[in-house]
Amino acid sequence: MNIYVCIKQVPDTEAVLQVKDGNRINEDNIKWIISPYDEYAIEEGLKLKEKQAGSTLTLITLGPARAESALRSGLAMGVENAIHIETPEIMDHKNVARALANAIKQDPNFGVVFTGKQAIDDDSYLTPIYLSEFLGVPVATNVISFSLEGDKVLVEREIDEAAKEKIEMQIPCVVAVTKGINTPRYASLMGIMKSKKIPIKKFTLAEVGITELKNRIKTEKLFSPPEKPQGKIIPGESETAVKELVTLLKEEARVL
Amino acid sequence: MANIGVYIELKGDLFKKSNREALGLAKKSGKDVYAVLFSNTPEKYTDELKGIKKIICVKGSDLTYNPALYADTLANIITQFDLTYFVGICSAQGKDLFPRVSAKIENASLLNDCVAVDIDNNRFTKPVYAGKLLSQFVIEEGFRMATLRPNIFQAEPVSGDVPEIVEFQPVSKEDKSRIVEVIKSASKKIDLTEAEIIVSGGRAMKAKENFNIIEDLAALLNAGVGASRAAVDAGFASHDMQVGQTGKVVNPKLYIACGISGAIQHFVGMKTSKIIVAINKDPEAPIFKKADYGIVGDLFKVVPLLTEELKSRM
Ligand SMILES: Cc1cc2nc3c(=O)[nH]c(=O)nc-3n(C[C@H](O)[C@H](O)[C@H](O)COP(=O)(O)OP(=O)(O)OC[C@H]3O[C@@H](n4cnc5c(N)ncnc54)[C@H](O)[C@@H]3O)c2cc1C
Ligand SMILES: Nc1ncnc2c1ncn2[C@@H]1O[C@H](COP(=O)(O)O)[C@@H](O)[C@H]1O
Repeated sequence: MNIYVCIKQVPDTEAVLQVKDGNRINEDNIKWIISPYDEYAIEEGLKLKEKQAGSTLTLITLGPARAESALRSGLAMGVENAIHIETPEIMDHKNVARALANAIKQDPNFGVVFTGKQAIDDDSYLTPIYLSEFLGVPVATNVISFSLEGDKVLVEREIDEAAKEKIEMQIPCVVAVTKGINTPRYASLMGIMKSKKIPIKKFTLAEVGITELKNRIKTEKLFSPPEKPQGKIIPGESETAVKELVTLLKEEARVL
Repeated sequence: MANIGVYIELKGDLFKKSNREALGLAKKSGKDVYAVLFSNTPEKYTDELKGIKKIICVKGSDLTYNPALYADTLANIITQFDLTYFVGICSAQGKDLFPRVSAKIENASLLNDCVAVDIDNNRFTKPVYAGKLLSQFVIEEGFRMATLRPNIFQAEPVSGDVPEIVEFQPVSKEDKSRIVEVIKSASKKIDLTEAEIIVSGGRAMKAKENFNIIEDLAALLNAGVGASRAAVDAGFASHDMQVGQTGKVVNPKLYIACGISGAIQHFVGMKTSKIIVAINKDPEAPIFKKADYGIVGDLFKVVPLLTEELKSRM
């Protein structure tokens, strides 16, 4: 089976973000990482490949030139193939998913496609489902456990507070994973050395069938949310402070 | 005539209270509001749905959430009733269902987790980069969909006439996936993303057992129990309790952080809480810069005291 993992490069979670030109972030001095949920997706892909003799594992990303470094970090975890749909274009999620689907479909033997449950830049929760629609295969989101049962996959997904659902899907399928499914491995020194030499397959948008880009969703304005004024530390011993706190919560904040 | 659809999410038989926020937004738009729900007993909910145009009720032998069936049915309803907008709650189900519906309708666009929607001008605002920034989007054309972050939108008071109920048959296409089993949780945990009050513990809890002091306080306040990633990674709390950038984003009216330092990745998950209370023994902890009220002290002392104090004043 040919396994695919979709990864997105996003700003580091610590990054301080500034707005540029009113509707995008200033990319100078930003450290870029693989979106954390996508690391779980890579790990799950690696585990599946290790179990299935003769299978291949390929990372795929859509993004500008800088996104290549995300692929390199992923390769260093022990993956052997990578595809980069390289484009500076801003694209809405249907277009991103269409491009990813077209690239994956060029392989008639694609099997399980892993993604993160959300990318932590736009937190959209859209791509895996759009991807499944364009691939014409089933999808499970919020997946917390994954296993292969014969020619099907069995996943558990979180549906509500601590409630879960077991789903059986035919292969090919899309599996969007969440935290808790595994512990992503670290790249070994060997892995890092090896990954540097792996050729990355590059596609242009046209090569994945997108010739005219029409975005229905556009970002008009990016801005900082209003800051909260500094709060107050309640002085005194714990006993008196607690009394005062309850009074404040009841009478000033009116939340109790 | 412009119509707006509102997906009504039921939890078992229960009408989720966040539905009222989606209904509030739809009613204010001035369009005819169609509430869509999957239930064999729609009469139960007519009181909550007063003042809207119609209830479209999908009936069937098995109405447990089935993504393929729900999505196909909703896509059909949207076309048949000529809806131009469709809104609902950004819950676990909303995040799974709305994208599926949007995927099935060629000209549909969806924005999840909106905190403001201007229906007249097709503008949608949602947090991005875990809420470090807000982004205003425009959906220029086509069919528009949005899920709303709970506890943000105004719930309109229910008033007006009881709407007409229209029945609809579920559409079930052959599907390549099947639900094998639903595993209900034994505990009666409160859904953090909808909780009005949350009490959270951090690394300072030191052990899983110690979370009982957090749970006691939470039980008294009918609150959800959250945790920092450090507490989850150390095994003190389960990962579904994690609040933050790689956990849940929550917006209760009261968030009580106990022994949590206030790292950016935690903060972005709870910063929209109306009131933040921090209990931490380190007066320099960054959480105090972000909290509305802080108590400097040992949580193992302060939290039980707080529980006692609240008990005595309820
Ligand atoms: C990619 C990435 C994603 C992340 N995502 C998340 C996320 O989603 N959620 C999240 O929470 N974190 C996340 N983190 C981790 C985050 O950076 C912090 O490490 C974490 O939030 C710290 O947890 P903590 O505050 O419980 O622990 P610490 O930072 O260790 O803080 C413990 C606090 O407890 C106080 N304390 C100790 N003993 C007591 C006592 N007896 N009484 C009172 N106070 C006491 C200390 O003064 C200290 O302030 C992420 C990190 C990365 C890199
Ligand atoms: N540009 C992209 N390239 C590759 N994968 C992506 C891209 N955008 C999103 N994804 C995948 O889709 C998941 C969900 O992203 P999102 O829908 O943006 O929240 C991510 O975790 C990735 O696995």
